[in-house]
Amino acid sequence: MRNRLMRTLAVTLGLLIVSAPLLAHHGAAQFDVGKKVTVKGTVVEWFWANPHCFLRFDEAGADGQVVHWAVETQSGPNILPQGFSRQSFKVGDAVTVTLEPVKNGRPMGRLLQVMLPDGSTLPLPVRGAAGDSPQN
Amino acid sequence: MAKHVLVPTLALVAAFVCSLAVYTQGPLPGAVYDSDRKGEKPGPPPRRDLAGIWEPATAGGGIQGKGALAMESCRRDKATGRYAVQQNPPLTDTGYATVDCLKPEVEPPYTALGLQRVKAHKPVEGYRMVPDAVNNDPILGCDPGGFPRVVLHNFRTSEILQTPTHMVVLYKFQKRYRTIWTDGRELPKDPQQPAWTTADRLPPEPRWWGYSVGKWMDDYTFVARTNGFQDDRTWLDNAGLPQSDTTEVEETYHRVDANHLELSIRITDPKLYTRSWVALDRLRLRLQSANFDIQEMECSPSDQKHYYELFGNLTGLSDAGK
Repeated sequence: MRNRLMRTLAVTLGLLIVSAPLLAHHGAAQFDVGKKVTVKGTVVEWFWANPHCFLRFDEAGADGQVVHWAVETQSGPNILPQGFSRQSFKVGDAVTVTLEPVKNGRPMGRLLQVMLPDGSTLPLPVRGAAGDSPQN
Repeated sequence: MAKHVLVPTLALVAAFVCSLAVYTQGPLPGAVYDSDRKGEKPGPPPRRDLAGIWEPATAGGGIQGKGALAMESCRRDKATGRYAVQQNPPLTDTGYATVDCLKPEVEPPYTALGLQRVKAHKPVEGYRMVPDAVNNDPILGCDPGGFPRVVLHNFRTSEILQTPTHMVVLYKFQKRYRTIWTDGRELPKDPQQPAWTTADRLPPEPRWWGYSVGKWMDDYTFVARTNGFQDDRTWLDNAGLPQSDTTEVEETYHRVDANHLELSIRITDPKLYTRSWVALDRLRLRLQSANFDIQEMECSPSDQKHYYELFGNLTGLSDAGK
């Protein structure tokens, strides 16, 4: 029983890891997969497009220097079901962004989660996200 | 299992599931998947009828990042006896270090030219993926993806319209369509020099999407054949498998029951492959409500330019690779 559970978990985790890069327009080569960084900032641009939308925001660094961040998401059609829209962010919005950074240290990455000024977060939970298939 | 193992493991799985949320093609609101109708007993298939809006029966099931079952770099490890993917030596950081390849027997049977072509392609997905900065995938500049790539990678919600003379397939990805003639006409025998020069019909010039004819083999099986591709600028899939002006594609649509359609694709191209091979084996599609609204998924060169200004080179590789 314990072995079976362990095997199931291992296979599930393996499939998830394998499936992760399969679904974006490009793979995960440039990202530090698994690493998470949370940054507070002010929205500069929310760009809605295919195959990737991106969010640019400025972080006020501790030394007074502004850090200009840019994080990408999947395409608009892919993230609409997760609650994003062309109107999700306005310039000047205060956001808290959890992201997976690029490996080369530049202030860029993939958006994992974002908290909006009203305290709500995106993406919303997706119906059946973990249960439909290994690819999902 | 001891709690001290189980809890962190579950937490890790949960964290991973959450972290993937933005990067998956999840179920579309309003769409129905097989998982929503467990235990259903669909009625019999309608006779000679493909019409309707079709979505992969499993959410995300049409997004096949590895490509057309392509195992180009899948090799058996002598030490372990297991099959494994070889990394692309100059760009070892492919993100696929732990991927196994389960079906080496379906590796496409390349000719010398086919092998040369696939090696020249630098895709951003599949086993030979490279970072964006050094890719040469034509669709990332918004060139037409063409056929069968639209099916072999990005088969998203699609609609089939059926008339007495032809089928039209409307694809969500890149918002494109194909016509499959069912009026009895034949494929051009030499698609690069079509013999049809009648005054009332233009010859089928070579095309990005090829030229397609189809017929019912029985009441539930429709087979379409396509040739007349214009050149080798279209790839078969996102993993960079080559296609050429001599490629022929056979699509088989099998109407399984009232709710399902299965789609298979066979590739023939004597220039690139030593024999025909199956690139897609019964992709299961599910019929959706007739009032399901298919989203736009257009490729805009100006959008792409803006994206690449920021994200074109995230790797830290030198600009010489561009």
